[in-house]
Amino acid sequence: MAGLRLDGLSTMLLREVDLTLATGERIFLSGASGSGKSLLLRAVADLDPHRGEVWLDDLPRSRLTPPEWRRRVGLLPAESHWWAETVGEHWRAPVADSPIEALLVALGFDVDVSGWAITRLSTGERQRLALARLLLNQPQALLLDEATANLDSVNRERVETVLEDYRATHATAMLWVSHDPEQRARLGGRRLVIRENRLEPEA
Amino acid sequence: MNLIALSVWDLILAAGLVLLLAALSWRLCLGVGRRVLVATLRGTVQLMLVGLVLKQLFAQANPVLIGLIVLVMWSAAGWEVQSRQKRRYTGSWGYGIGTFSLFLSSFSVTLLALLVIIQVEPWYQPRYLIPLLGMLLGNTMSGVAIALDQLTRQAWDARGCIEARLLLGATWEEAIADLRREALRSGLIPIVNAMAAAGLVSLPGMMTGQILAGSPPLEAAKYQLLILFLISAGTGLGAMAAVWIGSRRLFDDRQRLRLDRLTTNRR
Repeated sequence: MAGLRLDGLSTMLLREVDLTLATGERIFLSGASGSGKSLLLRAVADLDPHRGEVWLDDLPRSRLTPPEWRRRVGLLPAESHWWAETVGEHWRAPVADSPIEALLVALGFDVDVSGWAITRLSTGERQRLALARLLLNQPQALLLDEATANLDSVNRERVETVLEDYRATHATAMLWVSHDPEQRARLGGRRLVIRENRLEPEA
Repeated sequence: MNLIALSVWDLILAAGLVLLLAALSWRLCLGVGRRVLVATLRGTVQLMLVGLVLKQLFAQANPVLIGLIVLVMWSAAGWEVQSRQKRRYTGSWGYGIGTFSLFLSSFSVTLLALLVIIQVEPWYQPRYLIPLLGMLLGNTMSGVAIALDQLTRQAWDARGCIEARLLLGATWEEAIADLRREALRSGLIPIVNAMAAAGLVSLPGMMTGQILAGSPPLEAAKYQLLILFLISAGTGLGAMAAVWIGSRRLFDDRQRLRLDRLTTNRR
């Protein structure tokens, strides 16, 4: 049950962003390549030095330890990284009411995918598994960096469904970077664009 | 058995062999003749100078002079650690991490050896202090340099994985744990290998020197063992300190990976 509020956030490419996402609201973010979309998400997740504060409901980020904050405000990077040999080694201990199996099936995998070697996976498979890995933390807000960029239409639909279901059941605020105008229009909601170092509504 | 002192002519004869090598290199157009000569000259001057300085030092045992020499050895070793990094830390950290780790390991181990094991009176007697510290600094230096180099290189290459772990809620220590282990291991491997092969493949330099200088082989072996143990302990301690401080420095107080704190060494 969380809204997300960016309070005077400044990155190398963006000046003084004030932005409020209501509880359960999804906002699409677009902008030219190199305009600072990913940097903004990284700043919200507190991965780069920057100015400004972020609030999750009434809780300022500075009150939480960075690991706690990043578990609550989950960032899905555009490129997924894997450090161990098999998929299953990357699951943190599953939370009680988030059965990993259901999530994997919904994303189009067999349950035995946990035993697969990372090297066997395609880019798209990695992207979907990275989402599963992230949702296991049960984040209260989501930052998505081109979550469906490497996917075919079937899998894009799966990911969209999983994300929309998650948002509906957890009332998650979502900041979603998407290059796909058709996707932004189809799913609806508020749309913002980064232009000349400023965040403004998409015309 | 007594030490057979070398005369100037003995050395000239040996140097003649090197001259022969240089001449051969020139004749065969190997292009290293000049370098051989320069290296020969440098080595000669440096070692004779060190011999002279040590002779003075041993005669007087002046604490100030000893302190000065120790300082020179220490800072030279610290400099060497820094210059062997592909990516070193910016600012005073670049020099500081290696130098501090060397201090922590080499100095404490040397002190322990002088005070508790060999029990030299007074403890700073240069005949024992200088060679011991030199051995320790030289070897610890390699271990620390290798471990640090490994840590920063790997952190650079694996930044995606490190950040992926941070994003999933790992602490900085969890995110860097694998790299730390790897870095420590590579820092320790050379000395562990040296211990395992000691005596079989080659006689270690110090033992060789002692035997040539007339010590009974068993006594020489005992000293060599002492040195090997001290070096292992010192290298381990130094590499651990360097890897710990170095990995901590890669993250800031908000547990972000700060690769901007590294800079590429010019080579």
